[in-house]
Amino acid sequence: MQEAAERTRARTLRLMAIGTLAGLFSGLFGVGGGSVIVPLLVLWLAYDERAATATSLAAIVFIAGFAAAVQGAYGNVHVLDAVLIGVPAVGGVLIGTWLQQRLQTRSIALLFAAVLVASAVELVIR
Amino acid sequence: MIGIIVVGVAAGVLAGLLGVGGGVLFVPGLVLFVGLDQHAAEATSLLAIVPVAIVGTYRQDRYGNVRRADALTLGLLSVAGAAGGVALANSLSGALLRDAFAGLMIVIAAQLVHRTLRDREPQAGAPAAGEEAPPDGPPG
Repeated sequence: MQEAAERTRARTLRLMAIGTLAGLFSGLFGVGGGSVIVPLLVLWLAYDERAATATSLAAIVFIAGFAAAVQGAYGNVHVLDAVLIGVPAVGGVLIGTWLQQRLQTRSIALLFAAVLVASAVELVIR
Repeated sequence: MIGIIVVGVAAGVLAGLLGVGGGVLFVPGLVLFVGLDQHAAEATSLLAIVPVAIVGTYRQDRYGNVRRADALTLGLLSVAGAAGGVALANSLSGALLRDAFAGLMIVIAAQLVHRTLRDREPQAGAPAAGEEAPPDGPPG
């Protein structure tokens, strides 16, 4: 009985640590934090990758929502732009996951990695 | 206005296709194509992520992949971290934040290459990727 309670406590502490790290990362960079949450769920709570990805996505609804609200208080959120980019992106994700089942994504992934690096360089030098 | 919608759709397609999150695409899209500064782009990206994550969660939950109690605990306990991260971002100059973000993009590109090359040699007897399996959503 006591052992079970301790396990629950340890688990909650780990979730809290992951949440805090992901929140910091999300707030600092304006991203969801999945690249922090997924590996930590696998490493600390023995999740498989699929459950980690799905659970991370659900947590991100809260994390990005909190961070957006705080950024809103700073007056940084452009609400119309967020709607114009976010809502079409929902349609894009549905297309992307559909394509994923039908395409060889390897060369696309490598090409996209190159585009990310090029955009990073463009961001810094412009 | 057409430009930002195209960026949104493109970011979504890539996020769904490659399993990378929306934010790493929204932020540079908002800076390079919409002309927001780094702070505004990050803040706006956060709000734009919410509908994407809601729809992704709904789809994954139908496959039974979401561990709801953990997701809720994780999400609710992130509030202090999220507030701290936003405060930190707003205490940095736009130039420093932008350079740090560029570094993050390089790291994510490296992760993507690593993952792609690792998946190149499927283990004997293992089912092919994607077969009989629900699609992975973007990790966010």
